[in-house]
Amino acid sequence: MDPITLSRWQFGLTTVYHFLFVPLTLGLSWYVAFFQTRFYQTRDESFHKMAKFWGKLFLINFAIGVVTGIVQEFQFGMNWSEYSRFVGDIFGAPLAIEALMAFFLESTFLGVWVFGEGKVPEKVHSAAIWLAAIGSNLSALWILLANGWMQHPVGYEINTVTGRAELVNFFALVTNPKGWLFFWHTIAAGLTTASFLILGVSAYHIIRKNHLDVFKRSFQTATIVGLVASTLVFFGGHTNGQYMYETQPMKFAAIEAHWETSQPADFSILTIGDLTGKQEVWSWRMPKVLSFLACNNFTCEVRGVNDIQAEYAATYGPGDYVPLMVVTYWTFRFMMAIGFLMILLTFLFLLALRGKYENAKWMKWVPWVIALPYISNASGWILTEMGRQPWIVQGLLKVQDAVSPNLTTVDLLISLIGYVVVYGSLAGAMVYLMRKYAVAGPDAAMHESVDVAPAVVGADD
Amino acid sequence: MSYEFLQILWFILIAVLWIGFHFLEGFDFGVGMLLPFLGKKDEERRTIINTIGSVWDGNEVWLLTAGGATFAAFPHWYATMFSGFYLALFLLLIGLIIRGIAFEYRSKDSNPKWRHTFDWMIAIGSFLAALLLGAAFANLARGVPIDENMMFTGNLFTLLNPYGLLGGVTTVAIFLLHGANFLGLKLEGELRDRVNAAAKKIWVVSSVLYVALGIFTYVAGFWARGVVNPGFVPIAAVVVLLVTGYFLNNKMEGWAFIMSALNIVLTQVTFFSMIFPNVMISSTNPAYSLTIYNASSSQYTLTVMSIIALIFVPIVLAYQGWTYYMFRKRISNDKNSLVY
Ligand code: HDD
Ligand code: HEM
Ligand code: HEM
Repeated sequence: MDPITLSRWQFGLTTVYHFLFVPLTLGLSWYVAFFQTRFYQTRDESFHKMAKFWGKLFLINFAIGVVTGIVQEFQFGMNWSEYSRFVGDIFGAPLAIEALMAFFLESTFLGVWVFGEGKVPEKVHSAAIWLAAIGSNLSALWILLANGWMQHPVGYEINTVTGRAELVNFFALVTNPKGWLFFWHTIAAGLTTASFLILGVSAYHIIRKNHLDVFKRSFQTATIVGLVASTLVFFGGHTNGQYMYETQPMKFAAIEAHWETSQPADFSILTIGDLTGKQEVWSWRMPKVLSFLACNNFTCEVRGVNDIQAEYAATYGPGDYVPLMVVTYWTFRFMMAIGFLMILLTFLFLLALRGKYENAKWMKWVPWVIALPYISNASGWILTEMGRQPWIVQGLLKVQDAVSPNLTTVDLLISLIGYVVVYGSLAGAMVYLMRKYAVAGPDAAMHESVDVAPAVVGADD
Repeated sequence: MSYEFLQILWFILIAVLWIGFHFLEGFDFGVGMLLPFLGKKDEERRTIINTIGSVWDGNEVWLLTAGGATFAAFPHWYATMFSGFYLALFLLLIGLIIRGIAFEYRSKDSNPKWRHTFDWMIAIGSFLAALLLGAAFANLARGVPIDENMMFTGNLFTLLNPYGLLGGVTTVAIFLLHGANFLGLKLEGELRDRVNAAAKKIWVVSSVLYVALGIFTYVAGFWARGVVNPGFVPIAAVVVLLVTGYFLNNKMEGWAFIMSALNIVLTQVTFFSMIFPNVMISSTNPAYSLTIYNASSSQYTLTVMSIIALIFVPIVLAYQGWTYYMFRKRISNDKNSLVY
């Protein structure tokens, strides 16, 4: 294996891993902040339990987001040094601003929230968790503006002397529609992720009649927020797709397995390709719908992969400009299918809220919904990033020219195996704790308890 | 603002970020390394962790900001250093990962084995991070093989030279001292006595190592490679380290902490003035060194970033300072008041 392939695997794995935890942080922080404030306003003990219980799960998840995020910050220089030289002028700015504006806010005030209960005034304690939530979501904004620039570079000029991309318009970078569309879609996805976790865990306790005050209220809140958020995810995603049609036509064709330019274009419900992923074998299509999705009318032209490949080869020189179609096509379908499913589910829950849903038979299946947003989140990023291949910066720099030239296969094998082992163990510990605290319910989270089951308290070392 | 002024300004700003990081995370690392040795009982260990519980993550963000600022202001420095020190940084990251997780997870299960494992992850992670940071900075002072294309041409073993190793070990010792001084300020009762006794021993070892590192630096000619002579700054650094012993013997914990903090700050000032205006010295050929002039971003980026830093750095300093003030009290190991 060559260093480029290994670097790609390493970046892909560590980033997807990081993003398994990020969306829950983004969404759950708002919930915890809301419950905390409601408790101080109403003095209702169930709100206190809600803040504590969901807060505990939030913290267990948050810890992994933090430590894996540090790796992300360093990896650009470590593995993609030529990329860093080429874009540092532009890409470094949002990264530095993210740390300065968001990470400080988030980490400092989360510390105040966790350790400050009873030590700082209630108003301050409640403000602290809101500030932490704002910090998390601001961090998403800046990193997505950075990523948005890689997908759709704006506000730059290529310096012909140094051969580097240089920033000439900061305002364009900050207002890049690509980044803001990512932000919209991702923030809503985060809220959806948190809502589905709350729905699943609450259902588990509702069927067991544990703390009905806490869990029925949580279930109701998450149903409403989840419905709104998953609807916003859909509209954000749709807008993302339309902008992709304009800015990254190759990616757009690739997620649809749309080979030949056509006007109007059909939407693929199911397409089977051959094993190379480069040829269509069979497909079932809805006439004209793709045109509508792309540009809101049933007649516009959607260019196909073959055409764009020919154009790119003419513009950028010979080469393969087609992303791995099997992956882009299927990840897109998974994400969308689950997106619609989640809207439907939250809508049905909303209807059920009017009845005696706590006794309903289907409640025992609800814990499984927790998995849904996770599949969508990972699929979404995999299609976003792999759909951009072979580019690391769309139209400007290819992945193969971005990698650090000094790294050897041995270096990369050591780090890749190291990350897999460490991240794997972290996942084990985290899933174990999440499960344990989720199942134990609010009592364990309320006591600043040494443990959920207070068996061996204070064991000496 | 002229281009050169901006380049110097950003060199100074990045130095300030590193200084802040070493000063703050220095005691976190020290506390982490001391944890399994000072805390005998479970509540004692929890008490020790709680002295830094609310602040360590915020302190670590200084490192992230230093990294991000280097990326934005001196992309070539970021690219050459991070890819060049690849495996060393990988180990540093592993160290930071295992200790960060352990702070959050160690008390969430009562199994003694679980706790034991995570306590050692805190200690080992802190040790690894301190050792590698020290070694990396020593190598930056010494110079590393860099070719005419700003490419690092060595490997992990290039960094494991005597000077680099001495730098690493000394950093560990100094952070241990700084951590012990911090704990002296934060703990009560028997734990406080225990930590004060340990601090005195650590002080002896770290002073010897520190002076040895200073002599090595001077004799080997790593002293003033650029245009600034650090002059009295390193001498002051030695002096404050030596008087730390006096304060420790007289149970003046506040002063002892201020002195070890000053020592760290002055050491960093020495380092950055030693190399200025270089950012990475090439041991292959001094002409290949990266400097603030050939490694920086464009004037436009530096201007934009200066405005942003001017707005946000004071805000961050204000609220971080405020949290230290809020949590200034000593932490007792009374079981009922501990936060887990
Ligand atoms: C809860 C998670 C989730 C759900 C239900 C959906 N997505 Fe999504 N999607 C993401 C989570 C996500 C993501 C992980 O957050 C991505 C990656 C980058 C981004 O901004 O969002 C993404 C990317 C992404 C992109 C790529 C943007 C680009 O690369 O330019 C498109 C076109 C869509 N989505 C469209 C949709 C549509 C039409 C959905 C139908 C309901 C949908 N997504 C559901
Ligand atoms: C957090 C969500 C993200 C996920 C899940 C994700 C996923 C991926 C995946 C799967 C790859 C591998 C693609 C391939 O090699 O075929 C990749 C590549 C890459 N992504 Fe992302 N990405 C995310 C966010 C970002 C962001 C925010 C940035 C930049 C700020 C970014 C920058 C890159 C870079 C530099 C590569 C280079 C390697 C390559 O293209 O092969 N990614 N990412
Ligand atoms: C590949 C590019 C990325 C880099 C370089 C990066 C960097 C980081 C770093 C350094 C941290 C730790 C901060 C701390 O110590 O407090 C972190 C955490 C975090 N990041 Fe990322 N990140 C990336 C992708 C993303 C994306 C795409 C999002 C959101 C859309 C995101 C959102 C967050 C959030 C919310 C946290 C808080 C901790 C947590 O996840 O629970 N990050 N990230």
